[in-house]
Amino acid sequence: MVKIEAEGKSYVAINDEIHQHAGDILITDCCGQRFIGAGMGNCAIKIQGIPGNALGAYLNGGEIEVFSNAQDSVGDTMNAGRIVVHGNIGDTAGYAMRGGEIYVRGNAGYRTGIHMKAYQNKLPVIVIGGTAGSFLGEYQAGGIIIVLGLNRDGKKIVSNYPCTGMHGGKLYLCSDCQDVLFPKQVTAHTATAEDMQEIAPYLEKFSQYFGMDLQQICSQTFTVVTPDSQNPYKQMYVTN
Amino acid sequence: MGQDYIYPEFEVVRREDRCIRCGICVKQCANGVHAWDKERKILHIDESKCVNCQRCVCFCPVHALKIVKSEAGFRENANWDNQTMKEVYLQAKTGGVLLSSMGNPKPYPIYWDKLLINASQVTNPPIDPLREPMETRVFLGKKPAAVQRDAEGKICCQLEPQLELAMPVLFSAMSYGSISYNAHASLAQAAKELGIYYNTGEGGLHEDFYAYGANTIVQVASGRFGVYEDYLNAGAAIEIKMGQGAKPGIGGHLPGTKVGADISKTRMIPEGSDAISPAPHHDIYSIEDLRQLVYSLKEATRYRKPVIVKVAAVHNIAAIASGIARSGADIIAIDGFRGGTGAAPTRIRDNVGIPIELALAAVDQRLRDEGIRNQVSLIVGGSIRSSADVVKAVALGADACYVGTAALLALGCHLCRSCQTGKCNWGIATQRQELTERLDPQEGYRRLVNLMTAWKHEIKEMLGGMGINSIEALRGNRLMLRGIGLNQKELEILGVYHAGE
Amino acid sequence: MTGEKIMQSMIPMHERSNGLGGGFAGYGIYPEYRDFFALHIFFNSESSRTECETYLRTTLEIVRSETIPTRTIPEITDEPLIWRYFVTPLRSVLSSMQVDEREFMSRVVMRINTVYKGAYVFSSGKNMGVFKAVGYPEDVGRFYRLDEYEGYCWTAHGRYPTNTPGWWGGAHPFALLDYTIVHNGEISSYDANRRYIEMFGYKCTLQTDTEVITYIADYLLRKQGLTLEELANVIAAPFWSTISRRDADEQQRLRYLRTVFSSLLVTGPFSIVLGFEGGLMALNDRLKLRSMVVGEKEDMVYIASEESAIRVMEPELERIYAPAGGEPVIVKVKEGAY
Repeated sequence: MVKIEAEGKSYVAINDEIHQHAGDILITDCCGQRFIGAGMGNCAIKIQGIPGNALGAYLNGGEIEVFSNAQDSVGDTMNAGRIVVHGNIGDTAGYAMRGGEIYVRGNAGYRTGIHMKAYQNKLPVIVIGGTAGSFLGEYQAGGIIIVLGLNRDGKKIVSNYPCTGMHGGKLYLCSDCQDVLFPKQVTAHTATAEDMQEIAPYLEKFSQYFGMDLQQICSQTFTVVTPDSQNPYKQMYVTN
Repeated sequence: MGQDYIYPEFEVVRREDRCIRCGICVKQCANGVHAWDKERKILHIDESKCVNCQRCVCFCPVHALKIVKSEAGFRENANWDNQTMKEVYLQAKTGGVLLSSMGNPKPYPIYWDKLLINASQVTNPPIDPLREPMETRVFLGKKPAAVQRDAEGKICCQLEPQLELAMPVLFSAMSYGSISYNAHASLAQAAKELGIYYNTGEGGLHEDFYAYGANTIVQVASGRFGVYEDYLNAGAAIEIKMGQGAKPGIGGHLPGTKVGADISKTRMIPEGSDAISPAPHHDIYSIEDLRQLVYSLKEATRYRKPVIVKVAAVHNIAAIASGIARSGADIIAIDGFRGGTGAAPTRIRDNVGIPIELALAAVDQRLRDEGIRNQVSLIVGGSIRSSADVVKAVALGADACYVGTAALLALGCHLCRSCQTGKCNWGIATQRQELTERLDPQEGYRRLVNLMTAWKHEIKEMLGGMGINSIEALRGNRLMLRGIGLNQKELEILGVYHAGE
Repeated sequence: MTGEKIMQSMIPMHERSNGLGGGFAGYGIYPEYRDFFALHIFFNSESSRTECETYLRTTLEIVRSETIPTRTIPEITDEPLIWRYFVTPLRSVLSSMQVDEREFMSRVVMRINTVYKGAYVFSSGKNMGVFKAVGYPEDVGRFYRLDEYEGYCWTAHGRYPTNTPGWWGGAHPFALLDYTIVHNGEISSYDANRRYIEMFGYKCTLQTDTEVITYIADYLLRKQGLTLEELANVIAAPFWSTISRRDADEQQRLRYLRTVFSSLLVTGPFSIVLGFEGGLMALNDRLKLRSMVVGEKEDMVYIASEESAIRVMEPELERIYAPAGGEPVIVKVKEGAY
């Protein structure tokens, strides 16, 4: 394993080093350096400290593990690979993510999974251990977003306006969602055994990464949200 | 219901004495204007479906057809014109948002036509471009503020990545989806031959066109369609689309009906799924966020590609451009409010944004006032109609021009402004195979090369007339322009004198 | 050599000017004040002089001020007040502004020429001076008594103004610090060059080509630290087709200069002579649309638009040739000889 001491280094320098080694890497004392692992396909990076915005942007394989919190735009336009965050994350995680997986132990900010897509054999997955901010899954066009709402102390599992513009994919919320208002163009139903089957491997990995009780998680009630149409705005326009 | 009947806008006139009943018009019209009435053995015309694309007129072997604007209309009214009234009826009937395409057709001032180009007489000689060297090569990209030297005093010649253009023109962003495969094939091949660039638009890059990467600009819009490692590295530059002149503040929306198998592959989304890219990149809510996106792309491509930021020309464009210049972008592309589109809400297209001429003049001056004009290159588009527009744009301060509509015209577009229907009879703005086949990419490519070669000659003629033998000596050379029929404020913004001054 | 010789050389060049501007620059003419900047200033009136001098005193130490001696001759009329000042920037001002003395002086010159109405600095270098007026150059030389000055290098110019009316400040040479330019022709790139150079603190107040070329020279030589050859490679950049035939290193260098400073390419016909402390550079446009000849004898070099002007100064030349377009002729006075 190669160790990169991040203190005082720019993100350009850090990424240069990562590119040179392209193997197992430990970054220590990270504090705000952006774009770590951007566009990379074959690295295994562990990060101590707080990585900056756009961690793993355009990630195309490999794995990034963060032992503390991460900031905004984690996994922006990610195509493959995995990002594991032991703390909380900021806004717009998994923006336009097309493949790969993001696991977060804590809470997520606004607009998690916005523009998330699926394509052929690519199925992006985001698992949030805590709660999610507003506009969760905005314009979601594919993939799976799972929010577990663990340790939420009575807080709503997701804030306002989830699934705005959703036209593909699935959203799983570990809640009966009585207190969540969904837009008209989506349907929410209680998860069936089949639904749970679909996410079982991701829940299993989540509990492995963060040492959680899988049985306990799976025994809860999940609500599944899916869009009614792939073409939500078809009726809105008239040719002039 | 009778209340909704509107007399058609066009009349299709068939000269029966010429018509040979060959049925070509029937085959050519995807809108179903022409039909063969088997029983009556006559060619029937339904002009209500006619968009005046001229396809049947062009292909009638005996020139029996013409399309004329209908004289029938509502009672004349300078305030409530026919179009306005029709739109009210249409919306009353459907409740829909009006959707149009191509550039703003309203009679706003066209400043290109109010600018006149200089020529040399006596005090300094015109140059004969046919026999003397005349250079149109342009490099787009960031230039260093100061020359650096090594220990021996030699200049360090390493520049930030640049785009080299054989002439100051690029084909503007038009996505695969909004236009056809064959249209893209024509543009890509022409760009390669001409030594310029075409732009993928936001629809990803078809695998067949990776071969043209050296002449390709790949676009990243809010929907991030088809954006991944290979795509970012495939082109010569990356363009972040923040806005489009035809619809500032409005995003793109390719309806699922146009997302067939092939388009689904380049966009990397499922077939039949709507491709929505809203106006904001939801990770850019401020100028410093733009910087984040610019540098994330630079990091992902290891600083090998210049990054272009494309914005629509809006009221505050000078300040916006200044912000972009300081965000790390290498090139700013500004799209004027007459720029084309495959589909835009009519109200937005016709009412939002400002003319590119004024935007360009304001931006160029602002960047100079701040001393940062050399840190960034400027591309302008929307709409550049001829080589004279290119020359005027460069003289106002542009490094190069994006050309979209004119390129489509070269491919056969007749500006019927019906792209949003997906039934383009010229095989350009459609994905229907029987229509896309009509555009032969070999012919399309040749016509594009012809057009740009002709423009290049004309640019050289105009340069020579001004006594300039290289395009860079024209850039920002506003003394080469004079305004005609412009008021003091317009002259001030354009930074030109009035003719006679 | 005194100014007499170069005044003589301008006589056969009479046809090339129209009496609306003539001027000279002499280098090495103020040896006793060689460490001071010599400001030559035209004033329209006593009040503009008083106002300008007040400003000068706030920023400069003036070690000598006087009117420039002239002869009253019928050919030169309507002269303004013509003064010169030997000055040095106040150390305290320099250090508070964090600039070197040349940058500081160039700012002072820009300020006077743009802000102080009725005052125009037409010479601002050390141990050199520009002398110019409305008139034919040979008369201008007599007017300024240039036969009484001795220098190591002289330039002269007769003007045939087109774009701006003939006035005293508009005659050549144009000068900033020790850079002086005399220029024939009219450049078609003017506004492209002007709008670029004005980003860097220069103000083109006169709308003449020569002024902008002077500032380009100052910017590239002084601020960007280019060599004279590199300056020539920018303003008279070789054509791309020429560049592509050079060896790889040279291609890269020329391409760099042309790309980075593309807005400083000067097009249209020009022949210029750039004077600076210690030498001259002569340059034609890259198409060579203007004439220029160079003559040499022993350690003297003569540059003129026509051979006849050179023959007046030196009938017996060892060598005479016309330099190619875009190819600079650089003449430097032997080390320490000035």
